[in-house]
Amino acid sequence: MSLSYDLAIIGAGPAGMSAALEAAGLGLSVAIIDEQAAPGGQIFRAVEAAAADPALTGEYARDGAALARRFRAMPNIDYRPETTLWHMDAETGLLSLRGARGSETITAGRVLLATGAQERPVPIPGWTLPGVMTAGAAQILLKQAGAVPKGRTVLAGQGPLLWLLAAQLARAGAAPALLLETTPHGALREAMRAGGLWRGRAMLAKGATLMLEARRAGMKVVRGVRNLRAEGDGALRGVTWDGGSTGCDTLLLHEGVIPSTHITRALGLAHDWDGAQLCWRPTLDEWGASSHPRIAVAGDGGGIGGWQAAVEGGTLAALDAAHRVGKLPAEQRDRRAASHRQARDGALALRPFLDRLYAPAPTVLAPADDATVVCRCEEITAGQVRQAARLGATGPNQAKAYLRAGMGPCQGRMCGTTVAALIAGTRGISMEEAGVLRPRAPYKPITVGELADLPADEAV
Amino acid sequence: MTRQSFDAIVIGGGLVGAAIAYGLQRQGLATLLLDEGDIAFRASRGNFGLVWVQSKGLGAPHYQRWTRGSAQEWPKLAAELKERTGIGTGLQQPGGVHLCLSEEEFGKRGEYMARLQREAGNFGLEYRMVRGAEARDMLPGLGPQVVGMSWTPYDGHASPLYLLRALHTGFTGAGGTYQPNARVEGSSAAPNDFSVEAAGQRYRAPRVVLAAGLGNADLAPRFGLEAPVRPERGQILVTERTQTVLPMPTTTIRQTEEGSLMLGDSKEDAGFNLGQSPEVMRKIAQRAVLSFPWIANLNLVRAWSALRVMAPDGLPIYDQSERFPGAFTANCHSGVTLAGTHANRLAPMIAAGALEPGMAPFSARRFNVRSAA
Amino acid sequence: MFAQRPDIRPATVEVLVDGTPVRVPEGASAAAAVLLAGLPAIRETPVTGAPRLPYCMMGICFDCLAEIDGVANRQSCMVTVRPGMQIRPQRGAREAYRPEGAA
Repeated sequence: MSLSYDLAIIGAGPAGMSAALEAAGLGLSVAIIDEQAAPGGQIFRAVEAAAADPALTGEYARDGAALARRFRAMPNIDYRPETTLWHMDAETGLLSLRGARGSETITAGRVLLATGAQERPVPIPGWTLPGVMTAGAAQILLKQAGAVPKGRTVLAGQGPLLWLLAAQLARAGAAPALLLETTPHGALREAMRAGGLWRGRAMLAKGATLMLEARRAGMKVVRGVRNLRAEGDGALRGVTWDGGSTGCDTLLLHEGVIPSTHITRALGLAHDWDGAQLCWRPTLDEWGASSHPRIAVAGDGGGIGGWQAAVEGGTLAALDAAHRVGKLPAEQRDRRAASHRQARDGALALRPFLDRLYAPAPTVLAPADDATVVCRCEEITAGQVRQAARLGATGPNQAKAYLRAGMGPCQGRMCGTTVAALIAGTRGISMEEAGVLRPRAPYKPITVGELADLPADEAV
Repeated sequence: MTRQSFDAIVIGGGLVGAAIAYGLQRQGLATLLLDEGDIAFRASRGNFGLVWVQSKGLGAPHYQRWTRGSAQEWPKLAAELKERTGIGTGLQQPGGVHLCLSEEEFGKRGEYMARLQREAGNFGLEYRMVRGAEARDMLPGLGPQVVGMSWTPYDGHASPLYLLRALHTGFTGAGGTYQPNARVEGSSAAPNDFSVEAAGQRYRAPRVVLAAGLGNADLAPRFGLEAPVRPERGQILVTERTQTVLPMPTTTIRQTEEGSLMLGDSKEDAGFNLGQSPEVMRKIAQRAVLSFPWIANLNLVRAWSALRVMAPDGLPIYDQSERFPGAFTANCHSGVTLAGTHANRLAPMIAAGALEPGMAPFSARRFNVRSAA
Repeated sequence: MFAQRPDIRPATVEVLVDGTPVRVPEGASAAAAVLLAGLPAIRETPVTGAPRLPYCMMGICFDCLAEIDGVANRQSCMVTVRPGMQIRPQRGAREAYRPEGAA
């Protein structure tokens, strides 16, 4: 028989941990499934092992470590690290897992997807060359292994993470040589109109400190960079842009983060195109409840808001879960929610400013150069997608059928939105009209043998 | 001003409709191909990709001949599409096998193939029942539970997706008009005079071909036809790419041109539900591992379900309207296997205005005893 | 290429990267071990044979697929190192099946 829970949470980052703590505290039986070996998600990755690293001071070492400690100390949470969810039957609440205990299924009355964010793909010419990575990848190497890039490092793109990474690498004695900032001239003045600067002043001050720190360590900055290209034959040799070029050993790209919607799309939940953050996000109510009555989404997976908003969102989703399983009357739920809502609003105050300031250029969503690879797995170019759009592909699913774009091991996690944007541009339609790529199970690969070995009575 | 008058309108841009539309346009008929959008049931996108003869048409020799004929037409179609579009369909026809995992299965299969051969009559059907060491020579890594297999030289496989793209590309390249996001909103029928409303336009043609898969059930009566088709769900599992290892396809396992292994052939009555069920997926995986134990180590990277278009007797329906001459329907669940005959034999009949008398057994009138009598 | 900071995270776990011993910190991923070992590519793609190294390090891009302890196509950024782990780059599509007696 499958084990049964009031609440199953997918992802042990800030939202997932916070939801688990709240739900377990309210007496719900909770399972939390996470791909990583330790809690933290991406933002607090390896926080238990790395909090003492002087390069990683600040919120990571302080708030991240504290949250992980509380999470570890809480009894009655069935925490399953190194476990992936490969299928969910939303109607029955049956979750198919693959983990240290092999393949198994559990059932849950309510499911909270706290799958967080992924970095927005930055499909520039040459981005598949060895030596080109995301800024987040370099940060994960720092957190997980204490490792830093060797040789000449260039950061390119925009967003808070880029400056945070620059400062962290500087503290670790590996300051990047150059930051190529793609934010257009004049974006700052435009972004100021979004407001929120006063409520978000602590965050702004933090950002200014990071910038200063990185520049003091010798990092040069070029602003208003356009038309980035990674150069090299079989390995990265350098990077060029309009009006400049430089040699480098490592190029770290970043154009912000977007919700990880792989599972929410596979489940067929309703999604909206977020015109401010330029990404798909699941349609959610004020508690994080999705278009399916069993499923909620909390944290960056429901729209980018950062870890503090994710913590509050996780708590709110847990309160609602407790209410829905009959362990918390509506009036108590609402009363408890008030302070968390307020905290979340505070954490989100600066978001409109950041969204405007760091809005990716149209060429990040739909590369201009037809030769640029957009599907890294099947090595499909922007030009091929445009050709498929002209042939009659009106969305990413038909383009996938025509071209195999999105059919490789990553299942379109990297190219899905790019393909849709290329189709939208070619056919003169909106992103909503182009629609989302609809992946299918298994959400992550399982072997044929593991599937064949599923106990028959559990795989109902 | 977009064109609104055509020689033929084909409703349904899947493999069946695209093959017919390609065949019509190639013959010089100005053809409009109406398709749905990015999210549709699309049996074509879920096709397993066999060009298959040896399990088709027991008790229906006309269907056996039609299928064999299509396998014969396939190389011509593939070569022509490659030449016209540059798109390879990945066709390989090295023969194929049906694996038997028990003596009982092997015995039943032997009887089945013998009967199929008897029904083929003078037309003939070459096959062999292969056992033990010989079977293991033909297919590497066959599992110990495989007792034997049936083999025919006619079977093969191709990429359904490249075929679809090649047909669409060949169709538009020959001057055809492909209109996606064009679900049929309204229609009117008179003998050799039809109009169809879709995508905010009204189109007219003296011929209309209903190839809308499951959508035919609703469309057919508007044109004086019947298409009593219902969905049958099939699920398919796909592994990561591997080096080429399987020299020929089996009924339920094939290695694609890219190197992925496809595992499939489930049948469920699940209505219009496109969900996946771990239990059915498990059974497919189990049978694959019994057939080839090494498959157990391969990662599944994709899986899907699709809805086959099934007539009550499982055979295709090809029909023409008596009331409204010029209206045709084509319904089947073998869009890949039958692409050869659809493009090269059926389309010319439609272009000529009537199905040949030999097609009569495929008419939907076979389900209606009164009108057939 | 990546460098370690042994004063901060001592390299205590020895793994074999393409046959060569490399010591990396506990908690590092197999993908990190490949980057620290300085391999020019973790795989060559099955489509065009293009060289790749890990790109996202968070389980999204699947560019870090490698053979780990004899199992092909594992997401090496999602696998934590263990002593003696064997990590091998992959060239093209994996082998499906090796007939008995074959090398």
